[in-house]
Amino acid sequence: MTMSLGPYASFIVASYAAAALVVAILIGWVMLDYRSQTQRLRELEQRGITRRSGRSATEPR
Amino acid sequence: MTLIDLANPTRFLALTARVLPWLAAATIILLTIGLYQSASAPDDYQQGATVKIMFIHVPNAWLSMFVWGVMSIASLGTLVWRHPLADVAAKAAAPIGAAFTFLALLTGSLWGRPMWGTYWEWDARLTSVLILFLMYLGLMALWRAVDDPSRAARAAAVLTLVGAINLPIIKFSVDWWNTLHQPASVMRMGGSALDKSFLIPLLVMAVAFTLLFVTLHLAAMRNEILRRRVRSLQMTQASQKAA
Amino acid sequence: MPVAGGERFPNRRKPPMTALAALIRRDIRIALRVGGGALIGVLFFLTVVVLMPFAVGPDLALLSRLGPAILWLGALLASLLTLDRLFMADHEDGSLDLITMSRTPLELACAAKALAHWLAAGLPLIVATPVLGLLLNLDMVATAAVALTLLAGTPALTFTGMIGAALAVTLHRGGLLMAVLVLPLSIPVLIFGVAASQAVIVGPMTFGAPFSILCALSLVSLVIGPFAAAASLRHGLD
Repeated sequence: MTMSLGPYASFIVASYAAAALVVAILIGWVMLDYRSQTQRLRELEQRGITRRSGRSATEPR
Repeated sequence: MTLIDLANPTRFLALTARVLPWLAAATIILLTIGLYQSASAPDDYQQGATVKIMFIHVPNAWLSMFVWGVMSIASLGTLVWRHPLADVAAKAAAPIGAAFTFLALLTGSLWGRPMWGTYWEWDARLTSVLILFLMYLGLMALWRAVDDPSRAARAAAVLTLVGAINLPIIKFSVDWWNTLHQPASVMRMGGSALDKSFLIPLLVMAVAFTLLFVTLHLAAMRNEILRRRVRSLQMTQASQKAA
Repeated sequence: MPVAGGERFPNRRKPPMTALAALIRRDIRIALRVGGGALIGVLFFLTVVVLMPFAVGPDLALLSRLGPAILWLGALLASLLTLDRLFMADHEDGSLDLITMSRTPLELACAAKALAHWLAAGLPLIVATPVLGLLLNLDMVATAAVALTLLAGTPALTFTGMIGAALAVTLHRGGLLMAVLVLPLSIPVLIFGVAASQAVIVGPMTFGAPFSILCALSLVSLVIGPFAAAASLRHGLD
């Protein structure tokens, strides 16, 4: 990409990079959190602890 | 499907499982378009290429307020309608809102450096965003300090609503204080004076970031529901062991 | 449920106004007695102000320039830190349950408690201001201006801080968390309080504009504070 960003190119790149980094952290946090919660639910169910409704906690329905 | 149907967390999980991929896809497409458009936008005659920071700064600043609005509605849901998902929504939104507010501050400071010559200027707009950031962090500290989610939810709801009433007052005070100490702000973005070549990419980016928030928020709400299930199952386990 | 220990509120069968007056009288009496801690606020205020010259140096010109800001910050911290126990002590001895169950609207009871707290802990700060102004090399007019702005502004601090005190008792957490939650909300009061005092000392702005906004902030918090505190007590104490 050939884009002239002028004398302050580093500031522009830095702000886009920071935004990308923070958004990536958010996405990573949401995905890792989902993985760890479903895994903990599965472990609990394997140990025979079920919800009052008797339905599986990890399945959406 | 109405709001009452969604009160059932299981139905909500089913809905998010169906909607999330589409939301994520729409977010990616819009972000790509927005990024392309902001890359090809012309330079500003005054600010040069630094105006490109605006395309990322303004959507984040918009979201910093929008997320507090979402949390306020959720707080009304907790206190008035006692909607069971309301406090899940409020809790999941806080860290995401804080992240966007942080980005607004960071990009504002990076934008300010070429404009003002310093990274931080006690500019009215940035200062109010900084106070908003502090309030987000306080709210997150409250959520973390209390282990019973429903007790924390009601306290957080009161605080969120008080914050929502206070935010305009804080904004007004900081503006007033700012004009007292420095007559003119350098970073000026008159909404109507913005050229169409800037306005369209800005709007696309704003919509894309809002979609990004909605996607992340739904996913975080899903995680929060699962976390509460883990908590209640662990309670069951503990009581079974005790029995 | 018949209210046990009703002898603590001997007037409780009379109209609400009397009940509120009794509540105010009781709170002031408790605050001024041993273990009440209202006067510790003044001592804290004094200590914070005395610390300042050690931080910025004993330069009298500089101190008199910073004076209003120092006094306002000290008063802000003192009035917020003493608020911590506004509801906590009542919760511990059970009288908070009586207050929430009584026929008097909880909002009014909260307002009465805040008023009592301001009379017992806020007014002494304003009385102490002239002495501290002397230490900071403020002249008569400046000291009077600061005292007047504190008189107009500290009710706002008390009534905003009351929300934090109510959250503290429902969460069983106090101290730093409450300070972190409430201090951002008190920024407008600080801005207009200091600005009004500075307007008298250095000009060029008129005293009236920031001072009337300060009074408006106090009036607004007089409305928001009791409602928010009552809401958090009602939802949190079950």
